[in-house]
Amino acid sequence: MSKLSIRGVEKTFPGRPGSSGATAATRALEPTSLEVADNDFITILGPSGCGKSTLLRIVAGLETPSAGEVRLDGQPVHGPGPDRGMVFQSYTLFPWLSVRDNVCFGLRERGVPRAEQLAVADRFLAQVGLKGFENHYPAQLSGGMQQRTALARALANDPKMLLLDEPFGALDHQTREVMQELLLGIWEQHRKTVMFVTHDIDEAIFMASRVVVMSARPGRIKCDVPIELPHPRSYKVKTTPEFAAYKEQLTEEIRVETIKTLSMEA
Amino acid sequence: MADTVSDPLPPQGGGGRRTALFTPLKPVAPALRTTLGIACFVLFFLGWGIATYGGFVKPLFLASPGDSLKAGWALFTEFGFAEDIGVTVWRVLAGFALAALVAVPLGILMGAFKPVEAFFEAFVSFARYLPASAFIPLLILWAGVGEMQKILVIFIGSVFQLVIMVTVIVSGTRTDLVEAAYTLGAKRDGVVRRVLLPASAPQIFEALRLVLGWAWTYVIVAELVGASRGIGHMIIDAQRFLDTGQMIFGIFVIGVIGLVTDLAFRTLNARLFPWAKGR
Ligand SMILES: Nc1ncnc2c1ncn2[C@@H]1O[C@H](COP(=O)(O)OP(=O)(O)OP(=O)(O)O)[C@@H](O)[C@H]1O
Ligand SMILES: [Mg+2]
Repeated sequence: MSKLSIRGVEKTFPGRPGSSGATAATRALEPTSLEVADNDFITILGPSGCGKSTLLRIVAGLETPSAGEVRLDGQPVHGPGPDRGMVFQSYTLFPWLSVRDNVCFGLRERGVPRAEQLAVADRFLAQVGLKGFENHYPAQLSGGMQQRTALARALANDPKMLLLDEPFGALDHQTREVMQELLLGIWEQHRKTVMFVTHDIDEAIFMASRVVVMSARPGRIKCDVPIELPHPRSYKVKTTPEFAAYKEQLTEEIRVETIKTLSMEA
Repeated sequence: MADTVSDPLPPQGGGGRRTALFTPLKPVAPALRTTLGIACFVLFFLGWGIATYGGFVKPLFLASPGDSLKAGWALFTEFGFAEDIGVTVWRVLAGFALAALVAVPLGILMGAFKPVEAFFEAFVSFARYLPASAFIPLLILWAGVGEMQKILVIFIGSVFQLVIMVTVIVSGTRTDLVEAAYTLGAKRDGVVRRVLLPASAPQIFEALRLVLGWAWTYVIVAELVGASRGIGHMIIDAQRFLDTGQMIFGIFVIGVIGLVTDLAFRTLNARLFPWAKGR
């Protein structure tokens, strides 16, 4: 049985009435079904505005689907919970808490004793390479460090799934590549089930065991490509012919959708 | 210099240093800031001195700085002005504390829970426009001319404003932080206590600082009517003897107290919320 099962999930955002600021209803997601196996690393690739975030937020329970349902371990999802850790595209560390207390947040909400909170937090902070920054406030960190803290914060909660919405989207290319390796290393070690949204094709192939391509808005799943590159992967895999073949295939798929998006807007 | 690199650059082709100083939002050095602040006071006293010592204004209407100071000295040594100050400060603090005690929790509830907001909002917005001073005759009827009446004037003047301000602040909490808390397992109670509260605390503190300033205007109004002690009462008393020196000194003392509490609030704010620095 699969870990996560998304069945016929669709989403329409209601329009806004009003004479000047009226908007029509937005169909963000066509009926979408997806099965995610335990330990899968799924990357979701698609042009901007195709409903990637919407799909991820529905899985997180932050958005309710207009129809269909999401099941985690056979249980229907109603609302957000600590079993699905999330890292957002925007920086969402709590500015009033130190890096360490940010990572402790979820543990504290669950009533874990303080000594254990600290042990767990320090372990994950070391893992994302932030030893020595435990007492900094988020405002004192670079963007990459903030996202690493957010990753440690999600991992510290020991969730069943990790949901990542373009977590490295705002980072420069080099930092981004190092972060990809870091996350992949953590996944190879902890074997969490991961859903990772991106619009970077290299990133999608490098991290994934499966790449799911979404069509232009309204989004639906266009194709589903298993990535059979060996683990552990290092950045060197990006220059292999196998990688290039995947890239060529996905670039073609995405190009068609991007052109559709642009002609729709025109 | 390292900081010139990160600062927003002024448009090219301007007039050098002076335009650089007047770049929008560009901060000035602390020393220059202090100097400019003091310079404004110096200019103020200079203008006052010229107007009075130069004979442009009759002493009956405006006492000179020296005369005001002398009047102030007499107030302290002969008329027990220190006690008046103490009474007024106590009234302000009591009324203000009472208002904060009601408004801050209510504002947090209204900001966090929309049904509570829907219930109170219209009434509070209505009550906010009722002038506190208009209540003085009623309050004298209800509470006499004792301390309670003065404190209630301040309370009525401050509480509704504060409720609205706190509500707006709490409502404005970043929703992505709230969502992050939910995905980390926080429940409703945890979100209110450990996200909405700490996120709004620095701004609530700032709102309290503003409202304390208004509380001072209400206390003086309250003391102009039916009081036997207090700074406002002293000013009214001085009017009967046309003692502009005492009146000016009284007003001046209020300003100084305001300046000091403001400074204390700012220092405390920076101490309590170091993470909010520079926002
Ligand atoms: N709260 C909302 N209310 C109304 N419309 C929304 C809302 N959230 C998203 N949408 C619309 O739904 C569509 C899909 O949005 P979504 O954020 O899922 O796209 P995305 O694929 O994540 O795009 P990007 O790559 O740019 O982040 C968009 O057209 C957007 O305008
Ligand atoms: Mg998105």
